[in-house]
Amino acid sequence: MSDLRDLYQEVILDHSRRPRNFRRLNHANHRADGYNALCGDRITVYLQVEDGHIKDITFDGSGCAISKASASMMTAALKGKTIEEAQALFDKFHRMVTGESDSEVGPVNLGKLAAFAGICDYPSRVKCASLAWHTVHAALEDKNEVVSTE
Amino acid sequence: MVSSRILELKTQANSESCFDVEKIRADFPILHRLVHGKPLVYLDNAATTQKPQSVINAITDYYTGENANIHRGVHYLSEQATRDYESARETVRQFLNARESREIIFVRGATEGINLVAHTFGRQRVRAGDEIVISAIEHHSNIVPWQMLCEQTGAQLKIVPVDDQGKLRIEVYERFLGPRTKLVSIVHISNVLGTIVPVRRMIEMAHHRRIPVLVDGAQSAAHLPIDVQALDCDFFVLSGHKIFGPTGIGVLYGKAEWLEEMPPYQGGGDMISSVTFEKTLYNVIPYKFEAGTPHIAGVIGLGAAIEYLNEIGLNVVSQYESELMAYATRKLESIPRLTIIGNTEEKASVISFVLADIHPHDIGTIMDREGIAIRTGHHCAQPVMNRYGVPATARASFALYNTKAEVDALAAGIIKVQEVFKG
Repeated sequence: MSDLRDLYQEVILDHSRRPRNFRRLNHANHRADGYNALCGDRITVYLQVEDGHIKDITFDGSGCAISKASASMMTAALKGKTIEEAQALFDKFHRMVTGESDSEVGPVNLGKLAAFAGICDYPSRVKCASLAWHTVHAALEDKNEVVSTE
Repeated sequence: MVSSRILELKTQANSESCFDVEKIRADFPILHRLVHGKPLVYLDNAATTQKPQSVINAITDYYTGENANIHRGVHYLSEQATRDYESARETVRQFLNARESREIIFVRGATEGINLVAHTFGRQRVRAGDEIVISAIEHHSNIVPWQMLCEQTGAQLKIVPVDDQGKLRIEVYERFLGPRTKLVSIVHISNVLGTIVPVRRMIEMAHHRRIPVLVDGAQSAAHLPIDVQALDCDFFVLSGHKIFGPTGIGVLYGKAEWLEEMPPYQGGGDMISSVTFEKTLYNVIPYKFEAGTPHIAGVIGLGAAIEYLNEIGLNVVSQYESELMAYATRKLESIPRLTIIGNTEEKASVISFVLADIHPHDIGTIMDREGIAIRTGHHCAQPVMNRYGVPATARASFALYNTKAEVDALAAGIIKVQEVFKG
């Protein structure tokens, strides 16, 4: 049995109360909208990508503590990364929240994002944590439709 | 007449004092399990209700000793299954006080009941420029079938607005009723706000203009005694699983004169009286609307659920639940930064609430770890969420087996949520 504090860690609560990079990015060259029908989370992710690097990344929208914190921490983690690095981080994060992650230390370091490791014990909340990441994925591929976690 | 009514009231009062919630809880095996190591506090009854042992037994007994197809075999089991299936229809008739049992159609649930009316009555009678009246507090199941019908026919939906408390604006409803109105389809109790809609009055107003009315009783049938003749509704739908019966079975009641005029819904076995490749003659009602082998076990289970409710008496249930609602409302109102959405005087079984700055989904997860099952989200009623400017709500919904102690657990759970997010 996992403790609630495994899910609502201090760093997650902090990012949900004071989300970082929480604004519209006017000079974005990639953007996508994400929607989680289960809890009504809506998010828009804005990216400014230059020479394969994420120069800037922001988001806005509304949602639960998990989705807001995840989006906030994601933007902090992705700023300055190359597209390839972002993709690797996405894969690693996704494996972790869906509980597929193995304990071996890979080349990718999740850093603070490891705070979301406890979420795989809360299957109905995995979508909340992964919404922002799926949305970035879509933004980088310039898909025009709204990303749904369904 | 007068004296018999007094007698009736006395019996009712006696049984009220006899209402023993612990005895009722003993009938529901699931209520004794633990969730995350804590006693289950089940407050998601508007989504689905739990099943008493008698319903579980009825289904098991059917499959164990009686399973056969109905309406066709001459063998013993088929005759027995047919008898039980049709006797459940009579049980439903009495439960709704319909005039005749052929006015009771078995469907998968309230949703299918509404779709049946939209497909048959709707396609037969609704034309471009016609109007269908619904309200702003409908479940998606009483919105989307009509939108689909409007798309196909060019008819228009008229939405009766709701005030800040969650009460329908009847004066606007009255203005909507006109020569182009072909049908009113209205919810009896809102699954989000708990509003009890004054359907009887609304039906009377519609009937003045000869407009038929469908009542969506998905949320009401477990909480209020239903009398379709007193309501004078033209159609009434309910879902078995929301009245302590199995999933996948429900009821469409329709006045015989409408049902006879309406074309069939689905084609297949049982709904015909003769078939040749040149021409098929349809069966009489209710069979005309029951194509294919029905959910026999579900119907028998639903019959058992209604018999269970009859033993307790919905008057008694309704009385007990309104006390519980009043207690829960007072308790939740005393929690700081909690706002109840939906505050009409006429309210039943449902309390939706939001906590400032805390998303309902987070409330739901923390409650779950306390063993408390509530619903969080848009409750399949996104227009209601938009009306009250919230993305989602948390919803506690009650049934006859809930207790004041469970309301206390709910309140303690909410305080715990606020503690987790304090700071």
